[in-house]
Amino acid sequence: MKAKMKCNKSTLSSMITIGMVVAAYVIIEILMKAGLVSSMLKGLLVPVCVYVLLAVSLNLTVGILGELSLGHAGFMCVGAFTSAFATKCLAEVIPSKGLCFFIAIVIGAAFAALFGFLIGIPVLRLNGDYLAIVTLAFGEIIKNLMNVIYLGKDSTGFHLSFKDSMSLGMGVDGVMLINGPQGISGTPNVSNFTIAFILIVLSLLIILNLIHSRDGRAIMAIRDNRIAAESVGINITKYKLMAFTISAAIAGVAGVLYSHNLAILQAKDFNYNMSILVLVFVVLGGIGNMRGSIVAAVILTLLPELLRGLSSYRMLIYAIVLIVIMLFNWAPKAIEFRKKHSLKNMLPKKASVKEEQ
Amino acid sequence: MKKFNKIMSAALVASMVMVSMAGCGSSAETATEAPAAGTTAATEAAAETTAADGATIKIGGIGPITGPAADYGIAVQNGSQLAVDEINANGGINGVQIEYNFQDDVHDATTSVNAYNSLKDWGMQMLMGTVTSGPCQAVVEKTQEDNMFQLTPSGSSVECIKYDNAFRVCFSDPNQGIASADYIADNKLAEKVAIIYNSSDVYSSGITEKFTAEAGVKGLEIVSSEAFTADSATDFSVQLQKAQAAGADLVFLPIYYTEASIILTQANTMGYAPAFFGCDGLDGILGVENFDTALAEGVMLLTPFAADAKDDATVAFVTAYEEAYGKTPSQFAADAYDAIYIIKAAAEKAGVTADMSVSDICEAMKPAMLEVSVDGLTGAGMTWSADGEPSKAPKAVKITDGAYAAME
Repeated sequence: MKAKMKCNKSTLSSMITIGMVVAAYVIIEILMKAGLVSSMLKGLLVPVCVYVLLAVSLNLTVGILGELSLGHAGFMCVGAFTSAFATKCLAEVIPSKGLCFFIAIVIGAAFAALFGFLIGIPVLRLNGDYLAIVTLAFGEIIKNLMNVIYLGKDSTGFHLSFKDSMSLGMGVDGVMLINGPQGISGTPNVSNFTIAFILIVLSLLIILNLIHSRDGRAIMAIRDNRIAAESVGINITKYKLMAFTISAAIAGVAGVLYSHNLAILQAKDFNYNMSILVLVFVVLGGIGNMRGSIVAAVILTLLPELLRGLSSYRMLIYAIVLIVIMLFNWAPKAIEFRKKHSLKNMLPKKASVKEEQ
Repeated sequence: MKKFNKIMSAALVASMVMVSMAGCGSSAETATEAPAAGTTAATEAAAETTAADGATIKIGGIGPITGPAADYGIAVQNGSQLAVDEINANGGINGVQIEYNFQDDVHDATTSVNAYNSLKDWGMQMLMGTVTSGPCQAVVEKTQEDNMFQLTPSGSSVECIKYDNAFRVCFSDPNQGIASADYIADNKLAEKVAIIYNSSDVYSSGITEKFTAEAGVKGLEIVSSEAFTADSATDFSVQLQKAQAAGADLVFLPIYYTEASIILTQANTMGYAPAFFGCDGLDGILGVENFDTALAEGVMLLTPFAADAKDDATVAFVTAYEEAYGKTPSQFAADAYDAIYIIKAAAEKAGVTADMSVSDICEAMKPAMLEVSVDGLTGAGMTWSADGEPSKAPKAVKITDGAYAAME
């Protein structure tokens, strides 16, 4: 009886999270049909979805697995580059843009997962500070690796160089596919809000189901007490790798959306600032709280653009807003205040994921 | 769990410090450009009051006015604003006043597209931008979708204007590379050439590629070709030592002036004194803070604009610019100033009126651009071909006595 109750509660919580996303999608679609959405907001829809995906996936590593990763942009970078490369190669073979994009998403997610798995094997043996430093380093390594790849294609096949585009020695019909630090240009803009929405819902289903499954409880047991978890026979390496790889794959999907939203893709965009930015979304939204991550990612991505009217002061105000949100979320007095005036007082049954933590 | 919280809070503090520092960085830049922004706001207000009685033609501008490439964006913003004010004072385009709005893109492709979208909400009918090549490649996809007329003052990479709705004022990267190699070979400036370029920059590597190809044709020997990236743009001693060891008597610098000023300083410390030759990116090197301009003595650069030229148009522009903004205009300001006048010339030819839709204006402007010939600051009798490239003669200038002087 008790177990059944628990199950219902977690299902309800997941339903609310996904319902929230669906409601947001439906409202925006209706507003768009009615012509009430400005072009600026329309342009921001896909970037917002990209950051939501990133925040949700990083929350899996930071909040559920309990390991601090500072190299999340690296996985996004892998997803973005492999998928953009695939699209450019497949564009001639497969006429259907939709199918092409679908394959690109699969490839991006697969490669990011592969990198997550490979990096996870050595890295997840570390804990805490050490893990944070090593993931930061891996993120930078991936970025710098992408920075030196020159890949071109001509009638004789592919040419690869790590020096410069001149040393490829391509024929006259040669086309640069990856041009070192200038990255990939001319990727078709096929990302749209509906696809991004579907991907968010899919990712949420995967993550929320994982959290509430047996595997998820094992992962959280490792987070809460590693030694205790090990002593009851939980395979630490397996569960850590599982969470880390899924997290990397979803970050890769975010990269796919990102790379197919702009005509130009450069590795320099995936520096540690991007990783930190996503970490800020996760922390401000509440560690381990998927709903919070989504809200934080949406608000903090929209904010700098909505403040455009303030011209040059906007980034200063953005920083101040971050500090205010941080205080509101984490200062003891603010927490006390929130507890007193919370909706949960009125609906005591709805315990959020955060409290379970 | 407790330990995790501890680590988490440490990381958070670090990230908060970084974010607030990023905020401070841009606010410091804000302070330096505050006078410029102030005048813009004032003139915009003036334009709006004059426009109150009738419709206006809305032109948007996009460029970096904060961040690492801010100098170019601010120069373009100022130069174009000057032209807009002049045109409005003289009766506008076909008697219609121009309304002008310039948005910041921080030299970032995503932000640039956001800026473009917010300008569209504002009601932009034509785009003068973007200033830098990378963001321009992203924005041109959007203008092509919307069929909006786009004229970039300084987006020089080939892909910037790959659609028929986009034109540019400056030379393309390949043209600059070819022209530089030709100029060095034809004037016998050197036989052994070393190149130091920025491989993370479209502009720099585009020029280098064509320069290398053309140098081979012209019989120039390239003895070393060393790259750096935006992440490693603070120390060039390795690249300079390689150039010196290879015995290069000319170092070709197809890069922006910030890095070039460091290269010149380091070459001087090493006691290495070859001839230095650059492209339009070097324009502005005399304005670098804490840089001894004596080191730039004898540096040659290929640029379409020299602020010390004695013709009436340049003198009038330089005087007006210095009066308004207290700085000597760079080539970017001149390109932007020309861009607005080019839009005016083409719009008058095409008979653009304020009530036309974005797409109609673009369709009318496209053939008109091929017919106009504009005498601007950056070239006399500029004409455009269907691929959007301008045709004008390159000029080389040499820095003598701390000022740009035209070379024969």
